[in-house]
Amino acid sequence: MSTDGTKSRRLKTTLGALGGFVVVTLLTFVGLMAITFFIGRVIPIDPVLSVVGDRATQEQYDAAKVAMGLDRPLIVQFLSYVGDVFQGDLGRSVSTNRPVADDLARVFPATLEMATLGIAIGVGLGVPMGVWAAARKGTWVDQVIRVFALLGYSVPAFWLGLVGLVLFYATLGWVAGPGRVDIFYEGLVEPRTGLMLVDAALAGDWQVFWNALDHLILPATILGFFSLAYIARMTRSFMLDQLSQEYITTARVKGVSEWRVIWVHGFRPIRVPLITVIGLSYAALLEGSVMIETVFSWPGIGNYLTVALLNADMNAVLGATLVIGAVFILINKLSDVLYRVLDPRSR
Amino acid sequence: MTTARTWLLADSPNSKLQANLGNGYRMMGALMRNPLAVVGMVILSMLLLAAIFAPWIAPHTPFGQNLGARLLPPSAAHWMGTDELGRDIFSRVIYGARITLMIVTLVAVISAPLGLLIGAIAGYFGGWTDKILMGVTDVFLSMPKLILALAFVAALGPGIENAIIAIAITSWPAYARIARAETLTFRNSEFISATRLLGASHSRVIVRHVLPLCTSSMIVRVTLDMAGIILTAAGLGFLGLGAQPPLPEWGAMISRGRTFILDQWWVATMPGLAIILVSLGFCFLGDGLRDVLDPKQGGKS
Repeated sequence: MSTDGTKSRRLKTTLGALGGFVVVTLLTFVGLMAITFFIGRVIPIDPVLSVVGDRATQEQYDAAKVAMGLDRPLIVQFLSYVGDVFQGDLGRSVSTNRPVADDLARVFPATLEMATLGIAIGVGLGVPMGVWAAARKGTWVDQVIRVFALLGYSVPAFWLGLVGLVLFYATLGWVAGPGRVDIFYEGLVEPRTGLMLVDAALAGDWQVFWNALDHLILPATILGFFSLAYIARMTRSFMLDQLSQEYITTARVKGVSEWRVIWVHGFRPIRVPLITVIGLSYAALLEGSVMIETVFSWPGIGNYLTVALLNADMNAVLGATLVIGAVFILINKLSDVLYRVLDPRSR
Repeated sequence: MTTARTWLLADSPNSKLQANLGNGYRMMGALMRNPLAVVGMVILSMLLLAAIFAPWIAPHTPFGQNLGARLLPPSAAHWMGTDELGRDIFSRVIYGARITLMIVTLVAVISAPLGLLIGAIAGYFGGWTDKILMGVTDVFLSMPKLILALAFVAALGPGIENAIIAIAITSWPAYARIARAETLTFRNSEFISATRLLGASHSRVIVRHVLPLCTSSMIVRVTLDMAGIILTAAGLGFLGLGAQPPLPEWGAMISRGRTFILDQWWVATMPGLAIILVSLGFCFLGDGLRDVLDPKQGGKS
């Protein structure tokens, strides 16, 4: 009977957290759309003028304005914009002359692939570094890791990309250069998922796989360095909290080995808050890839965004902003809800 | 000397000035014991000196072209080499300190008071005011900052003023959150009620009693954010959306050097080192300030 009670209470918290998640996420999405709508419609540049050109007559101008629906009240325009977005209509890109939504679906996997490898590198190195720094608090190990992590907040991503290209591609020749694969491997594998590594593996074409990995490893490592900085700092601070608890002293007094104290007694409780941190840095990587992609000519959403910016292609700019923002919000809120469901203290 | 010290550290200061100076003295002492914070202060003093005395420090003018001396590698005459128009990169980096300092100062001056005010009002009044203001704050906060800044600059048009506005628009929400959290901790305390009973208006309570109490955590946060602001500004400059040529903005300089990166590496590399140095300076100082000003975190880091 009592276990049933606990179970239903747990179910209730989970459902409550999920319900709250859906409502908050939807509201934030509407807020995001309000901002992109505001940027696209209300800020100075005249959207009509950019379509008809500045030599159009007043009649042509007015006709275009009506055709674009810009003569309606602002709130009606906003609602129809929200409706369009929910139907997946982000307008047409002036430079590629295709629907922005199609363009984004095509370029998004490239960004996803890079950010995913980046976060794997960031977690794989950042968590052990943070734990190590906490275990050796105040020593030179701690200081070195601290400075290394602060570098992650101070180095411009595009600069590190350029220096990395000069050093590891041009000088040492350890990795392949910009782009996703060498030009003669282009289009050899059928894009089933859009993730080059997965597609090549599915097709069993390992030459393409290794070439793609060769191209991916440098930008992904640089991207991972930035998440490493944040993850290492947060891990250290969580670990220090745990290691100062009395149960850790008890374990030490009982003669538990230091390794076990740190990794079992100290590390286990911080896994849940770490999920939130990792989620946040994953979202931040999707954003950070804008600069890296520009430097590495990586055909992802960041590169698409910067090219659109330079061509003043506002539909594409706002579409990309909206998609990156939406993914960012979704990951943020998801890690939030995951934390609440997983943390035993909130049950 | 000792009398000045005793006066500063007096347990019962006779004036507000004495108390404030004493606090400042104690803080400086604590900061001086933190090696990283000292390094940070040294770096930032260098930035300040370079910005003020740029015409005297820089060996050449930042704009003077000399096509006969283009793309020279670093040497005794040109410490950081020359760029594609024969301009001395070291001189341009020195003058660039002015632009960087201007950007961070303006962003801080616009966004910190704005965030402070919004957060304090939300926390002080509570209820619907709080819900609406914090709802807006949360929407901005859950948005990727760089992307939002990019979109704003795209709409406003490229240029250094618009870059500053865009960065300021994306930075205030974090300050609003902090100010609200601080305000909530003392909004029901007796000194606030006492001031209200004495007949002070809401605006007076907020400006004279609530805001000053939020400033110390705000200073820490702004200092820590400076590195991010510098990187965003440099990123906008790199994409050609921030400061426009021939202004010696560091990000824009890297962007110009990108074309020659394989053969003339110094053109793009040198301004990047300046960005890293200054950002690190802010990070170090921010970390140190947090240890000193925020006793809750002090033990941890």
